[in-house]
Amino acid sequence: MALAQKIQEKTQKALGAHPADAKISKSYFSISFIALLVGGVLGLLQGLNRAGLLELPTWLNYYQVLTGHGLFLVLVFTSFFVVGYFYAALSHNLGGLQPKVRKMVWSAFWLKIMGAVTAVIPIIQGEASVMYTFYPPMAASPVFYIGLVLFVVGIWMAAFGAFIQVANWRKANKGQHLPILSYFATGVFVLLLFSSLFVAIEVFMILPWSLGWVDTINVMLSRTLFWAFGHTLVNIWYLTAVSAWYTIIPKVLGTRRFSDTLTRVVVMLLVILNIPGGFHHQIVDPGITESVKYLHVFMSLAIGFPSLMTAFAMFSIFERSGREKGAKGLFGFFKKLPWGDVRFLAPMIAMIAFIPAGAGGIVQTTNQLNQVVHNSLWVVGHFHLTLGMTVALTFFGVSYWLVPYVSGRVLTKRMNKLGVIQTWIWTIGMTLMSVAMHLVGLLGSPRRTSYSNYFGNETALGWDPYLIFLAVGGTLLIIAVVLQVYNMFHLMFRAPKGDSEFMVEPEAVGGNKTPFWTERWSRIIVLMLIVIAMGYVIPLTDFIFNAPPGSPPFKTW
Amino acid sequence: MLKHEKIWLTVSSVMIIGFMIATGIQTFAFGMGPPSETERVDPQKVDEHEVFSEPGVYEVGENKYEVVMTLEIFSFNPGDIEIPAGSEVTFKMTSKDVTHGFQIAGTNVNAMVMPGYIQTITQTFDEPGEYLILCNEYCGSGHQLMATTITVV
Repeated sequence: MALAQKIQEKTQKALGAHPADAKISKSYFSISFIALLVGGVLGLLQGLNRAGLLELPTWLNYYQVLTGHGLFLVLVFTSFFVVGYFYAALSHNLGGLQPKVRKMVWSAFWLKIMGAVTAVIPIIQGEASVMYTFYPPMAASPVFYIGLVLFVVGIWMAAFGAFIQVANWRKANKGQHLPILSYFATGVFVLLLFSSLFVAIEVFMILPWSLGWVDTINVMLSRTLFWAFGHTLVNIWYLTAVSAWYTIIPKVLGTRRFSDTLTRVVVMLLVILNIPGGFHHQIVDPGITESVKYLHVFMSLAIGFPSLMTAFAMFSIFERSGREKGAKGLFGFFKKLPWGDVRFLAPMIAMIAFIPAGAGGIVQTTNQLNQVVHNSLWVVGHFHLTLGMTVALTFFGVSYWLVPYVSGRVLTKRMNKLGVIQTWIWTIGMTLMSVAMHLVGLLGSPRRTSYSNYFGNETALGWDPYLIFLAVGGTLLIIAVVLQVYNMFHLMFRAPKGDSEFMVEPEAVGGNKTPFWTERWSRIIVLMLIVIAMGYVIPLTDFIFNAPPGSPPFKTW
Repeated sequence: MLKHEKIWLTVSSVMIIGFMIATGIQTFAFGMGPPSETERVDPQKVDEHEVFSEPGVYEVGENKYEVVMTLEIFSFNPGDIEIPAGSEVTFKMTSKDVTHGFQIAGTNVNAMVMPGYIQTITQTFDEPGEYLILCNEYCGSGHQLMATTITVV
């Protein structure tokens, strides 16, 4: 068996990516980066409006633009990238995708596109200015929710395709550990499946109500179901970024991975603990007692622990790599890092950004501090650090070698340089914008609000100098977006042909003595369900059985 | 496991537990818990409700006021509130339509106000001046205009 696998690995190395599988990843990446462009332009429009520099026309108002921006970037850009990335890993790690799995991931592709288009049409028509969170009793056109259903079913298809691929590999390779990047992929798809169950239930409550078949809806129930999904989703994009840090960065640095056991434990913890974390979006909600809210402080803070483990692991890798290259002194290794290599630079800045981003996250989960910043621009600054920097820059860093790899091309020196420039422009733009957002949020400026000085109110006028930075940051960011999209399509279709390497490091420090309980996914899932039950049984039963009379639909825009 | 890793993880655990203890003490010992009123109301019959049928500012004790307030697109009722400096004000609120937010800039007053639920939050205003009250949850096309003031004299 081991020999057969070696032969398979050798042939795969010689052949590069399987052409049919490469096409899948390329298609997913194309959609992802088109979504980045569209979402980026919408983001710029908002930044300019919020700074008081641009008045948007009535046929494309701020709230339409904002709904689109959220959907294109938090849902389309990310989810298409993640499927393209992990399917490339599954194909590379597990001996090519099975024909059945290929079919599934293609149907997932078209379902997701149909879903996104179906959801965007009512937004353009002005029938669905309800934001990424679509809180009832605001009711969009039913078409919007049908689009979401299609999108979620697409995600499920991709998840089940991955499960089938993994299960078959395990059957054929009994007693072996799943290769590390496929292990991350399994964790990500497990989380995607279980968290999207919550939003699926919510949307099936909303659909008949928005069609007028039922009169009222349970507002708190739908809001809570949303956040079980909404926050997990962004943590899934974060877990995807983490996968690149543990497995790809060491390869770029030419060193071994951090302990295999610890890496897998981090994945397990992030899967088990994640879903109840969403509750911290409801800390200042009515209808939930202080003790339940306190229980959830624990639930949310627990997610911080694996992240702190990751911080240690990363710096350990940097230090070892630097010392292997002859670095001396306490921080000498810092100079030995390949700062001019975009495949390192982009994810490195992403990790550095996660230091303040993670600290800000801890602030927001803590009840009293949350009350200070809830729904202010601080929160927007926070998720532009986490998603806009930590996740997006890691994805970009990965794309600079993965896109050429699946396209049978190479990353040239010139493209690497463009990538470095793009990374710095993005970093400066995002830093200016999110620092300003954090500060003005502390002063009280609310999120999700088009430019307003509240009838010339003095306090509100005092926010204006900060808001200018939203326009400055947005302008820099759109330059970086255009450059990124250009780079990607250049690497896909124009760069010189050649074989690139799949940049994942198989060897870990301490060898492969990983205990086998890390492979027991059924146990991990049971633990996850127990944690979900601890977090959600009390509030959900309370919302269902002690519900006030429901709310009829409102269209308030 | 490396020695440094053990130290790091111990410090991490202590920090996370520290945050939890601080939050717990603030909530349960100092009464600084987040606004968490659990009383329900029929969102379609707010006007017939025994309390919310008459929104307004009520003096309930020495230097103590209760503001009974309804929120609907895109206004706070009552608006332009005036209270004497040093008074403790409890806002008792509910929404007549969609989800709103209630925030007083420059203070820690920040709460979600949702249809079907009553929400309360208390604040003592010592500093005289005009405070901006605004809705911080997107509620529709006029959301950016949903604001009023509370003047402390």
